[in-house]
Amino acid sequence: MLTYIIRRTLYMLPLLLIVSLISFTLIKIMPGDFLTLARMDPQITEETLQSQIERFGLDRPFMVQYWLWLKNIVTRGDFGFSFDTKMPVYRTLFLGNRLPWTVFIALSTLFLQYLFAIPIGIYSATHQYKPSDHIVTFLGFLGLSIPNFFFALVLLWMLVVIFRVGDYGLTVGNAMDMHFYGAPLSWAKIVNILWHMWPVWLVLGTSGMAVLIRLMRGNLLDTLSLPYVQTARAKGLRERVVVYKHAVRNAVNPLVTILGLQLPTLVSGSVIVAIVLNLPTVGRSYFAALQRQDENVIMAGLLFFSLFLLIGNLFSDFLLAWVDPRIRYD
Amino acid sequence: MATRAQRRSQKAQQKSEEQGYVSRSQGQMIWQAFRRHRVGNVGTIIVLLFIVGALFAQFIGPYDYSRQFRTHPYAPPSKVHWRAEDGSLSRPYVYGTKRTINEFYQANYEEDTSKKFYIRFFVSGGAKYRLLGLIPSTTHLFAAVAEDGTRTEFFLFGSDRLGRDLFTRCMVGSWVSLAVGPLVILISFPLGIVLGGVSGYYGGGVDMFIQRICEVFLAIPGLPILMAMGAALRGFGLSAILVFFGVIAALAIISWGGLARIIRGQVLAIREMDFVTAARAAGANDLRIILRHITPNITSYLVVNATLTIPGMMLTEAALSFLGYGIQEPMTSWGQLLNVATNVSSIELHPWILIPGAFIVVSVLAFNFMGDAVRDAVDPYSII
Repeated sequence: MLTYIIRRTLYMLPLLLIVSLISFTLIKIMPGDFLTLARMDPQITEETLQSQIERFGLDRPFMVQYWLWLKNIVTRGDFGFSFDTKMPVYRTLFLGNRLPWTVFIALSTLFLQYLFAIPIGIYSATHQYKPSDHIVTFLGFLGLSIPNFFFALVLLWMLVVIFRVGDYGLTVGNAMDMHFYGAPLSWAKIVNILWHMWPVWLVLGTSGMAVLIRLMRGNLLDTLSLPYVQTARAKGLRERVVVYKHAVRNAVNPLVTILGLQLPTLVSGSVIVAIVLNLPTVGRSYFAALQRQDENVIMAGLLFFSLFLLIGNLFSDFLLAWVDPRIRYD
Repeated sequence: MATRAQRRSQKAQQKSEEQGYVSRSQGQMIWQAFRRHRVGNVGTIIVLLFIVGALFAQFIGPYDYSRQFRTHPYAPPSKVHWRAEDGSLSRPYVYGTKRTINEFYQANYEEDTSKKFYIRFFVSGGAKYRLLGLIPSTTHLFAAVAEDGTRTEFFLFGSDRLGRDLFTRCMVGSWVSLAVGPLVILISFPLGIVLGGVSGYYGGGVDMFIQRICEVFLAIPGLPILMAMGAALRGFGLSAILVFFGVIAALAIISWGGLARIIRGQVLAIREMDFVTAARAAGANDLRIILRHITPNITSYLVVNATLTIPGMMLTEAALSFLGYGIQEPMTSWGQLLNVATNVSSIELHPWILIPGAFIVVSVLAFNFMGDAVRDAVDPYSII
């Protein structure tokens, strides 16, 4: 098992390397040379510019540039300098607490999705073809079909314009009220964060719920038709015990394995919600960098999202290996 | 000319019908199962309506989609009146509107109630267009025309910043929104099927090589890379139609990997089936085995995947265009129309700019339901 984990983890490196080459190429063929923009910026001194050109070989051929970029990342953890914010790239991308916020939003949404999807899926399966099953399916599909950004916009509009939450001193968007940033943790702060987070959870959570509910429902229906469930019923066990103790435990496995795959989807999906709802996440730094053609930040951002994706895949492989004893480790 | 096998099966069918049995072809059974999924049928009808709407967009929309009514920027949806002054029912009519600016520099539209403009259908003399791209015409589905033949601006969904009719733009934008999915499939499916099929059928070194490529494409983060590609396309200063095809190519590039993986798995499983071994023993060559024995077994999966890929692509295109990294002016799509709704104050002043979003939700929902029905119908193991 341990060698399996190590090998799978090491396997991420060549993939990351190729993704880095792809994103580097994409950014470099993008029109608009950042060097010329930086030259026009009076805030950037000639020395800074020269040292950057030298360190990253910006006046040298493409492959040399890529090599130097990679070398600086690997040997010194240096992703370069953001010409837009005049800060190192990692500080621009992870400005403030953006990394923990990104992870927090993704993980909390994931948790809530499972918290609701599993019971709803069980309910849907045990009430197959009843009106309630149809309603649940419909709502699931509705969540799947509303673009995240549009749902966020509509929520924003309803809260601000229709319900006028501003009249009650409540603000919408951002992760918390401005004066709570940097304030010590208190109940008021937690309540404030919860108020700001629920639209995020609603928007991000509903988009993936349908898949989870359908999966849970389908698996449970399959499992309920298996002979061992019939045996359990024949033994005279109560229906509740049959469903929850015998069937659900087996039906929940596939949901566990796609847990890892849901995570990168959420990080990717949160980019657009973060832009609409003004959340302090890496996605928003990435969007800002794209708008200002801040090459180094864009490349680092792409690597970050790719890393997240690979970690999610890795995680789901491990979970699969863990819950399913039939998986071979070689 | 029917083959011998067909004639034989027809004979068998006649015989079994005489005995009171009904035999059905696979197509008939799929159609029956499809018909049973009522929500899916509603979804299909809505999808068809959207397609018809897109085909006749310029006829349904009263104006040219790029015509700017400079006197009517951000005009709210025209109020349709149903009652005459005395309260009796009347033919629906609208009043002309005039834009006024108050002392706070806020724009306001006031109705000029001196003249009624009745809503008439199939009115000629509007903007010139070609019906289905062929027949020149000036007839539009509806227009607001007064008794004396004069017309007024009639904005069913209001107008945008430049005074362009949002209803017309929604209709014209629908073909871009609807075409994206099928066009992406046109690229990503051949790629995924051929590469996945070859990978699964031949195995060995080829399989290794193709799978490593797949993994790279699966390791690319979807939305962020699409945004970067969109930015690159925009930066090149390409024409709108090239950007449109660029967006489609970008979507296809990031979506074929997953398909290739699944096709590979399926082909790998089918390859080991007894009927394939039997075909090989009978002397069938690779091409015949792939076309006649393996392909029929994965078509149902492909159909399902296609119907569910389309709504996904529509959502991604909408998100990209909303952010400004997708469809560019002068082309338009529902996501692109929402591009102006980036902040609350703009939505608060002109809430009607959110209307294109409803088009996205309804069409994607309809596609998803249709896909659900197709999945149930073509799955041979589904219990009916």
